[in-house]
Amino acid sequence: MATVIENVGRATLYQLDYVGSLILQLWAAVRSLGTILPFVGNRYRWKASMREMLDVGVDALPMVGLMAICAGFILAMQGASELRRFGALHYVIDLVAVGFTRELGPLLTAIAVSGRSGSAFSAEIGTMRVTEEIDALRVMAFEPIEFVLAPKFLAALIMVPCLSILSNVCGILAGGIFMFFSTHLGLGLYLRYVLSSIQLRDVITGLIKSLAFATIIVQVGCLEGFRVRGGPDAVGRSTTAAVVKSTFLVIVADVLFTALFYLTVKH
Amino acid sequence: MSVISIRDLVVEYDGRRVLDGVNLEIQQGETMVLLGGSGSGKSTLLRQIIGLDRPLSGNLFVKGTDITRCSRAELKRVRRSIGVAFQSAALFNSFSLKDNIALPLREHTALAPSVIDLMVWMKLAVVGLSEFGNLHPQELSGGMKKRAAVARALALDPEILVFDEPSAGLDPIVAAELDELILLLKQAFQMTVIVVTHELASAFRIADRMAMLYKGAFLAVGTKEEIQKSEHPRIRQFLDRVPNKVAEASAVEAYFEKYLQMEEVSP
Repeated sequence: MATVIENVGRATLYQLDYVGSLILQLWAAVRSLGTILPFVGNRYRWKASMREMLDVGVDALPMVGLMAICAGFILAMQGASELRRFGALHYVIDLVAVGFTRELGPLLTAIAVSGRSGSAFSAEIGTMRVTEEIDALRVMAFEPIEFVLAPKFLAALIMVPCLSILSNVCGILAGGIFMFFSTHLGLGLYLRYVLSSIQLRDVITGLIKSLAFATIIVQVGCLEGFRVRGGPDAVGRSTTAAVVKSTFLVIVADVLFTALFYLTVKH
Repeated sequence: MSVISIRDLVVEYDGRRVLDGVNLEIQQGETMVLLGGSGSGKSTLLRQIIGLDRPLSGNLFVKGTDITRCSRAELKRVRRSIGVAFQSAALFNSFSLKDNIALPLREHTALAPSVIDLMVWMKLAVVGLSEFGNLHPQELSGGMKKRAAVARALALDPEILVFDEPSAGLDPIVAAELDELILLLKQAFQMTVIVVTHELASAFRIADRMAMLYKGAFLAVGTKEEIQKSEHPRIRQFLDRVPNKVAEASAVEAYFEKYLQMEEVSP
């Protein structure tokens, strides 16, 4: 019995320590954002941020676009197979448009960025720990958070919402292609229906979500890297943990945001 | 005058005492070699001296500042006066050799880029790598990496130069070259040099004074002649390279007997 209580206590303390570290790291990252902005901050950090933006954003364009197109087709086909029975096939447009702007665009993007970049952040920082590069930074009077994490954070805060918008566009276009082939609905008319079915609020809530997801992916990926102890095997474990934990937290955050937006909307 | 003063320093990791109230004074301009076997606590002491870890208790003064209790800003100021050549070199793999050395100059000084280029070339010339500035760390041999790490440690013209196992993993010729480089640096720049090593030939070549660590405490501190003449059994064992009797038949038998007794006691 005592062992069970000990184990539960140890696991609880570990989780509290993890959450505490995450919050402290986030606070340090937010404080260091000012030092990497163009014109007012350190120009070397801004250059590093630009490189990270290419890695996180530009290089992810094909993957995110293709995932969104596939998800758009899936959503349209699954929706159509049910809605057709009620003679409500035109509601597929609303389903795809609202579903993507509010939910699927940011979520798909977050999953893609978590797999691509969250794991890369963890592996990069974990390797830097193993090879004593993080220690070298500290003894050279650099702050590892400012030097390593902040450029990644800024890059993700800018690029993840941009990728979410691209994801929305690709998913909605896929729905348009489906509607053209299933009902011969022209793309121009389809887009007019799309614009009438979504509201600015849907787009904004989606973008707020994508900012939260970007924060989670960067903070979890980097924290897993900073917590690496030991050798290359620890780097591998941290990379896996970064993807698993950030994906889980992204979904948890999605539920919380969706509930919040649902409760605040006038029904 | 003591440039580093260590007083009653106690360090514990996970409840295990690694340094047990050590005291040491390191004078300005001397080469102090910290000797000791594996697990004796010498790397832990080095991490304390360069301010990477905080002790459980005790004080560590570097140039009059107690780095165990000072503010983060003060610690940064102290760190700028310490150059560290890590055991693994800890060069940034994504940067060229020139950029590795230029990094602290760009970030911590307001020097013009042309002046920084000149200073980088001078540091590389001091360690005999002036022709290799455009190479990346992964393109260098082990000995070249160690020398490059020394060049980076010299970047800000520190008053204290710290070497962690400089000869580890190097062939005898390259290790001897590194010893000569340490002697040259001390003569040329009048630096205080601290070297952590267990290579006896290297230690006796470069040391002014030595401190012998064993199980987290100093067995002896003195000139290399005093250490050489010491009659302390542990020091004699270390200097005369006498192995512990772990592999003798009687020791193995005693180990198995102890193991079997433990098996019988446990249910």
